[in-house]
Amino acid sequence: MGRIVLEQVTKKFGDVEVIPPLDLTIQDGEFTVFVGPSGCGKSTLLRLIAGLEDVSSGSIQIDGKAATDMAPSKRGLAMVFQSYALYPHMSVRKNIAFPLRMAKMDPAEIAKKVEGAAAVLNLTDYLERRPGQLSGGQRQRVAIGRAIVREPSAFLFDEPLSNLDAALRVGMRMEISELHTKLATTMVYVTHDQVEAMTMADKIVVLRAGNIEQVGTPLELYRAPRNTFVAGFIGSPKMNLIEGAEAAKHNVNTIGVRPEHIDVVESGGLWEGTVGVAEHLGSDTFFHINNTGLTDTITVRAQGEVNLRHGDPIHLTPRAEEIHRFGTDGLRIA
Amino acid sequence: MARAITTNRKIINTAFAWAIGMLIFFPILWTVLTSFKTEAQAISSPPVFIFFDWTLENYAVVQERSNYMLFLWNSVIIAGGSTLLGIIIAVPAAWSMAFVPSKRTKDILLWMLSTKMLPAVGVLYPMYLIFIELGLLDTRIGLVVVLMLINLPIIIWMLYTYFKEIPGEILEAARMDGASLGKEIIYVLTPMAIPGIASTILLNFILAWNEAFWTLNLTAAKAAPLTAFIASYSSPEGLFYAKLSAASTMAIAPILILGWFSQKQLVRGLTFGAVK
Repeated sequence: MGRIVLEQVTKKFGDVEVIPPLDLTIQDGEFTVFVGPSGCGKSTLLRLIAGLEDVSSGSIQIDGKAATDMAPSKRGLAMVFQSYALYPHMSVRKNIAFPLRMAKMDPAEIAKKVEGAAAVLNLTDYLERRPGQLSGGQRQRVAIGRAIVREPSAFLFDEPLSNLDAALRVGMRMEISELHTKLATTMVYVTHDQVEAMTMADKIVVLRAGNIEQVGTPLELYRAPRNTFVAGFIGSPKMNLIEGAEAAKHNVNTIGVRPEHIDVVESGGLWEGTVGVAEHLGSDTFFHINNTGLTDTITVRAQGEVNLRHGDPIHLTPRAEEIHRFGTDGLRIA
Repeated sequence: MARAITTNRKIINTAFAWAIGMLIFFPILWTVLTSFKTEAQAISSPPVFIFFDWTLENYAVVQERSNYMLFLWNSVIIAGGSTLLGIIIAVPAAWSMAFVPSKRTKDILLWMLSTKMLPAVGVLYPMYLIFIELGLLDTRIGLVVVLMLINLPIIIWMLYTYFKEIPGEILEAARMDGASLGKEIIYVLTPMAIPGIASTILLNFILAWNEAFWTLNLTAAKAAPLTAFIASYSSPEGLFYAKLSAASTMAIAPILILGWFSQKQLVRGLTFGAVK
């Protein structure tokens, strides 16, 4: 079905190499997320798979067939765009039916499939409306509907939720995850939001400047980041990366401790400092701590409500077994 | 912030706007009125405005003396033909400039526009000689080609701006949905660009219809459009204002009516994309 294999794929825009030679295999049925800061080439990579950009060299296989020089329309993939990219002059019904019409499917069958997709996505009451008359969330659902009716071998999502407000985003995130469970079709999802990546992915591909920094399950990336970049990028709030004397104690260049792996103690902690900003969320309290002598700010996540305010002294102890060690090249040392 | 406008101010503004409008429209109104006067009333001093003996005599004479239908038909063929030919050439050109631009696209667009700044009379001699050489003098096809070339930069510019307004992602979505290039143009691009294409066609039809320099210089009898029809009444037998006015009225009536009925479309097309 939807197995996608990239071999030594590169992409240049003029003289600028956006994707250096890259190998990647996406297994059938897998939910793969490309994540990275903006400009890391994740959208370009998705567009190469889609065929909307041509590779500069290398090869792409989809379903075991060479797809490198195939037109996007022939690759059997469906794509959901950030801007939704609905056809503004067509009703919701015609939008969803469009790929089936292009495939010259029998009209009766098209009608049945469109009704079916609309029912799944709660769009039945809106079928005769134009995209302009829908809310952002509804438009996104139409875009998804247009993608699912054609039963593609894989879905490609290009930052589909970034135009939605926060509450809607959480809802749509779950809907897409449910859809993946139901359809069991390969999905490739691009986002800059590591929370989306962590919550949805079977497999995360972390990209920086077109290079793959690490590939793994969300928990693999969380527990054993391959280098300081992945360590800093995955997890929220960010991992504390500490250099200098404290790192030297562990015989490495850099150590990393996640905010949730530092305990706030009454007295006699390993580290001490003063509270800069305290964010009280109720369920957790985030402290941004200054004057530790380790690095500019240490972030600590304490469970529940901890009654410390700006300027208060604070004592900390990192959990020894949760300290990550990185060498001079930034790579993880086991 | 909404600006408060007093009623007085509104009245003054409205009166001023109407005054300007009437000033522009007056010559046309006067031409139409004169066409219904006798020759004597047409040159009477002081001029008569509405209270004269209305007559259709001038129209009858003009009709009798020249073949209006031939001129009209020539105008339709020349204006329609040049617009159609222009659109056929301009759509792919504007398409490629809007959706697959190269480093030089902007330069080409500006260069095309710069050709419009050249005074037409500057190339009259070479054009005339080329027309003689090719046997195109006083032929409709010759004028269709010349007027198409003259208006082509404007057609391409207009279509280019309309196409630019269409988000590329929508066309990419069509590609992902299995549409070939042809289907993408027919089912997605064209319906979205219809207001722009329609107003481009209208504007260029009007421009070509009103074009006088080339039509007067490159035609004699066979291919002469309505501009030549008007000109033929302006001199040879002395000035006959009433008949000249009747001929003018007959020449501008079709395009005025077309413009009147399509003004909404024209305005919508010309401001397309200005307000989201």
